[in-house]
Amino acid sequence: MSHDVIIVGAGITGAAIARELSRYRLKILILEKEAEPAFGVSKSNSGIIHAGTQNPPTSLKGWLCVEGNRLMREELSGDLGLNFVQCGQLIVVFDLADLPELENIKTEGEALGVKGLEIVDRAWLDKNEPNLGPDVKAALYVPSAGIISPYRFVYALIENAVKNGAELKVLHKVTAIRVKGKEGFEVVAGGEVYRARYLVNAAGLYADEISAMAGAATFKITPRKGEEYLLDKKREHIARHIVFPLPSKTSKGILIIKTSDGNPMIGPTAHDIGDKEDLSTSDEGLAEVLAGARRMMPSISGGDIIAYFAGLRPVSGKDFVIRHEDPVPGLVNVAGIQSPGLTSAPAIAVMAADILRKHGLALEPREEFQRARPRPAHLFQIPPEETRRLIGKNPSYGDIVCRCELVSAQEVRDAVKRGARTLDGVKFRTRAQAGRCHGGFCTTRIMKIMQEELGLPVTAITKRGPGSELIKEERE
Amino acid sequence: METRDLIIVGGGPAGMAAALAARAAGVGDVLLLERDQHLGGILNQCIHPGFGLHHFKAELTGPEYADRFVELVKGDPGIEVRLRSFAVKLTKDRELSFLRPGALEEVKARAVILATGCRERTREMILIPGSRPAGVYPAGLAQKMVNIEGWIPGREAVIIGSGDIGLIMARRMALEGVKVKAVVEIQKTSRGLVRNVVQCLEDFGIPLYFQHRVAAIRGRDRVESVDVVRVDDGLKDIPGSGFKITCDTALISVGLIPENELLEMAGAEIDRRTNTPVAAEVNLTSIPGVFACGNACKVYDLVDWVTRDSGVAGRMAAEYLAGGKAV
Ligand SMILES: Cc1cc2nc3c(=O)[nH]c(=O)nc-3n(C[C@H](O)[C@H](O)[C@H](O)COP(=O)(O)OP(=O)(O)OC[C@H]3O[C@@H](n4cnc5c(N)ncnc54)[C@H](O)[C@@H]3O)c2cc1C
Ligand SMILES: Cc1cc2nc3c(=O)[nH]c(=O)nc-3n(C[C@H](O)[C@H](O)[C@H](O)COP(=O)(O)OP(=O)(O)OC[C@H]3O[C@@H](n4cnc5c(N)ncnc54)[C@H](O)[C@@H]3O)c2cc1C
Repeated sequence: MSHDVIIVGAGITGAAIARELSRYRLKILILEKEAEPAFGVSKSNSGIIHAGTQNPPTSLKGWLCVEGNRLMREELSGDLGLNFVQCGQLIVVFDLADLPELENIKTEGEALGVKGLEIVDRAWLDKNEPNLGPDVKAALYVPSAGIISPYRFVYALIENAVKNGAELKVLHKVTAIRVKGKEGFEVVAGGEVYRARYLVNAAGLYADEISAMAGAATFKITPRKGEEYLLDKKREHIARHIVFPLPSKTSKGILIIKTSDGNPMIGPTAHDIGDKEDLSTSDEGLAEVLAGARRMMPSISGGDIIAYFAGLRPVSGKDFVIRHEDPVPGLVNVAGIQSPGLTSAPAIAVMAADILRKHGLALEPREEFQRARPRPAHLFQIPPEETRRLIGKNPSYGDIVCRCELVSAQEVRDAVKRGARTLDGVKFRTRAQAGRCHGGFCTTRIMKIMQEELGLPVTAITKRGPGSELIKEERE
Repeated sequence: METRDLIIVGGGPAGMAAALAARAAGVGDVLLLERDQHLGGILNQCIHPGFGLHHFKAELTGPEYADRFVELVKGDPGIEVRLRSFAVKLTKDRELSFLRPGALEEVKARAVILATGCRERTREMILIPGSRPAGVYPAGLAQKMVNIEGWIPGREAVIIGSGDIGLIMARRMALEGVKVKAVVEIQKTSRGLVRNVVQCLEDFGIPLYFQHRVAAIRGRDRVESVDVVRVDDGLKDIPGSGFKITCDTALISVGLIPENELLEMAGAEIDRRTNTPVAAEVNLTSIPGVFACGNACKVYDLVDWVTRDSGVAGRMAAEYLAGGKAV
């Protein structure tokens, strides 16, 4: 069995590339080691669709970010039924002596093509962002920034790619790659061998290892950890914009982030670490995040926190690594996709397709390409009339499973039908278990629905894939 | 919009006692909404004995205690019970929306009693750092798994916090052959009933570490261990006192929080620390004609007192409806 392109990794990068390539007459295979897409870096981030500011004007990530932001606003959000909210961002200063730095960010942003940038004073802030603390003196207003649910972004891209003919194999970890010259590659994954002319490496934290397997040990990935803390939905309106301080050398600083599901979030930290699997949070991280957020909004307190997590940015130097590896014809690395990778992904995908074309892959448009994906129904996002209509269509939308986030049995079923295989997968798609009780009430009910839909014994239901089984034994 | 005399949200012991008392006090029309498919609330999963010593002068299990009320409620034609009916919205004018399979319904009530019970405090609320593997459960969820579903969550467990649910689950898990390696409590004494410390831990040889805290949960996919450290009287870690306990399960039993989101939505005053209604008297809220009882009003140790006080709530609602007192 042979494919035109194998993509390693079903994070936002691999998903966006798969969807872009699915516009053309190509046989595409996506290999993912985890139980579901979006279980790597792409599940643990801030969910910001950045405007493009805070990047050097000459950087690749800078212009890919600006273009990714445009694609989101003008095309993808509508086409894929995404809940993108263009809330805008503020970069605040605590000292008017720092105004030249804001001016500089503005100038650099404008050079990249970011529109509508404006320096605003305290009076403007009092009116438009009333909960800012007294230390904040002025800000740069960036209207094109917005927010999105990062995993639902990945799922939408993957579903649409699969609808357009791409093939996805989860629990398929690539363990060896054999380079076969003109014939391309033999890729060993999940105990099978897959062949393709082109290999796109979008393996996130492990992209250095995949590239080395294919004979191009040309870069190294260092994880940079970021801890994030989610606040109760009751604090939804604490901020109207995403609020940033001035950036540091390694990060954009500790932010107050609006999320598209309502809960505000504070974070992330940024510390280089050695272990690519270390997703632990720490007392120190919490203290750092709280201090950073409270400096901008003193009314935020530790008691507001309802959840927390850490993510690892895959860093290789200062910029993305997106290139054809000439000594290994057909190998395209899309690696070191640090922040703003979520935003840039759609533009990265266009760039990757272009690189493939330049290296001989014929891109013939498929007339039957379907760009639209209907938005899945979520009770928590819709008005009562719409809820009524849904329940009229299917009574099971009135059968509430998750009381904190208002998720029905039918939404859980829909999620499983669309590919959820784990409790986390159901949570990411529906928000069931994502609220204040953390699944205290709904976990057993969701497990039973999954059992029914998947035809599995309950002992095989996992939190996030093999090894994370939820219960050890079932008694009569 | 249809109007009912009294709507009670929640069919646990509190809601049932309130409904029966309101009827006895002359309310003709009671609608009792319960999101689950059974009445009884949390009692259904409490299969251990220890209920009713005061109210019935008999030692019953949770379901036995609940059943005595379920019979009375079902036998009363003035109480309409709606199961699988989940109240999603309440306004200060007592307009209530609820979802059930097949419909979103709206009703207005002349009086409302909220008897929605508690949820458990979570690991996240006490900010235990570390990783987020499978095998970390609120103790009440583990209780539901074992007692209702027959699912054994793990083989080696550590219980974090010595609340009653944690103590009862320590025994329950031990009875199911799970090795309960420790109960870790940051305070000097247990939050639970003395009888539970004796009957659930001492009788089963389960070690209880007072003045210790779990400083981290470890494990990538499934819990592998917890880090434990001793604390001083000011709850500060004592350097060098840390140790590790290997386990595959961590049950969190660090207290309950009243579920008052409906009340909050209606605009009533809520104490942000305890999540209880702010009012002059038990069962009252800051909105006239809206009452709260049972665990939604304040966290009770014993169901007997829930029954007693919720009966008072039913009578208060009856009085309010009769237009008698400005309650
Ligand atoms: C804390 C934090 C906050 C962030 N905030 C933002 C933000 O607000 N906005 C923004 O634009 N960006 C943000 N980012 C950056 C963004 O999350 C990343 O750039 C992006 O998710 C990277 O996606 P990816 O697809 O390249 O990597 P991943 O999502 O990790 O995808 C790679 C996939 O490859 C799979 N894989 C690895 N090895 C193998 C193998 N051998 N075989 C098969 N599959 C394999 C992995 O399982 C994974 O699913 C943030 C990052 C962090 C950590
Ligand atoms: C694990 C555990 C062990 C216990 N052990 C003992 C013991 O040994 N002895 C003892 O005396 N007491 C014990 N108790 C205490 C006692 O069980 C409780 O105090 C009592 O059950 C509280 O009753 P309630 O009706 O207020 O709440 P619950 O029993 O929690 O009932 C609340 C009901 O409201 C429903 N509800 C909530 N929200 C909505 C909504 N929006 N719409 C519709 N319905 C809704 C819920 O489904 C539930 O049925 C224990 C409690 C727990 C949790």
